[in-house]
Amino acid sequence: MEYHLTTPVPLEKLKEIKIGDIVYLTGTVVTARDEAHLKALELHKEGKKPPVDFEGIGLFHCGPVMKKNEQGEWIVVAAGPTTSARMEIFQDEFIKVFHPGVIIGKGGMGERTAKACQDETCVYGYFTGGAALLAADRIKRVKDVFWLEELGMPECLWVYEVEEFGPLTITIDSHGGNLTDDSKKNIEANKNKILQEL
Amino acid sequence: MKDISQVIEDTATELLKIAATVLPTEVKETLLKAENKTKGSLGKSQLHAINENVNLAETQSKPMCQDTGLVAFFVKVGDKFPLKSEIKTALIKATKRATQAVPLRPNAVDMFEGNTKNNVGIRGYVPWFYFDLVEGDKCEIIAMPKGGGSSNVGKMKMIPPGKGIKGVKEFVVEALAAAGPLGCPPYTVGVGVGGGEDMCMNLAKKALLRPLYQYHENKEIAKLEKELVGILNKLEIGAMGLGEGPSVLDVHMEFAARHPASLPVGVVLSCWALRHAGATIDKEGNVEWHSH
Repeated sequence: MEYHLTTPVPLEKLKEIKIGDIVYLTGTVVTARDEAHLKALELHKEGKKPPVDFEGIGLFHCGPVMKKNEQGEWIVVAAGPTTSARMEIFQDEFIKVFHPGVIIGKGGMGERTAKACQDETCVYGYFTGGAALLAADRIKRVKDVFWLEELGMPECLWVYEVEEFGPLTITIDSHGGNLTDDSKKNIEANKNKILQEL
Repeated sequence: MKDISQVIEDTATELLKIAATVLPTEVKETLLKAENKTKGSLGKSQLHAINENVNLAETQSKPMCQDTGLVAFFVKVGDKFPLKSEIKTALIKATKRATQAVPLRPNAVDMFEGNTKNNVGIRGYVPWFYFDLVEGDKCEIIAMPKGGGSSNVGKMKMIPPGKGIKGVKEFVVEALAAAGPLGCPPYTVGVGVGGGEDMCMNLAKKALLRPLYQYHENKEIAKLEKELVGILNKLEIGAMGLGEGPSVLDVHMEFAARHPASLPVGVVLSCWALRHAGATIDKEGNVEWHSH
């Protein structure tokens, strides 16, 4: 199935989506990598709110290359996904606290994230790794940036307005499915077979 | 008389740009073939996106991936080339310049001071240099930026020498299985065997610079390289780790002598974006660009 969704994505819509489905997202997508996840969660612990409401929007594991044009506005040069596995250690907590709708990254995520996606209704979509210009092409406007000075260009929060952002291959749905996990199990089984035959 | 250090700086800036924006021809061709050959729609669509993106990068002259890598230079300096240590200074200047001009993502992070914002470390080690002294009056420079995703899945192991070549193969299989989808496959695999714990990793990285399908001049090593291509593709990692399409494009190995008690094996993986670009500068400052 192919879905064209607009943020904030309603929970009922997120529940329809299954692993292997293709999603195109229109609306707001915010970049967040290791540092931004940590900082947002720290703020929450202190009882403060991060500058962005993540509920129902796209959370993009991405450290983009940005530059300012002649008018002094930020423009996207390249913005492909980063390896999501690094966020596995705090993604579940992030989902519980901030309820993003569609997490976008590459390489897939693990059991903890899949469990949180099931408990809180969230999906994880795979954008082709390294396809930074395809992604940049779908980003229509840079709405805002937060924590740039403190965290630097790759790690800060870039708030993008996107149109038909995708294709995102859903590898974690809100029903406990995890396509990358299936693929990993297959790789592990193949490895054991190969090692026996060497 | 040309200012040679300026020529080096200009050339290296351009090399960083070429490496970030244009894939070597044989890598492009291999990825296109892979898309055509892949049957499953999940794998095919990933390879299609990669190829479309590579094409956009070249036509728009923009970095093909937002991770423009940690910068390294492989430099061969001829005995009679007029500059020596100034080459380093020029390459550092080029790295800073390319960060603005291409632009490259600022990827040099100091553990205490944070991102240096210019891809040059404040403690003198980044960009990283591999210097070699050679005969003649020329200087060869190869720029090789390498992304974090595929670097994170590199591996080194000191295996018991008694395990021999079979042990080497086992470790390479284990390293690739562990990498799985994490480092943007299909991978090109560099394997370094022998030397010490550091040298095997250097050799593995160097092996990635050999053009695809150009196997080692030693027949036994070449045979091993080809055998590993077949074995590793049986892992079925597939394009982007979704199980469809090639897991590895090619495997290159370099061997060094080892200590009798050690058998170090290094595995360095490149993501699908196997990026490098080279040029040779003569003592008058004329630049010969390597075929790309």
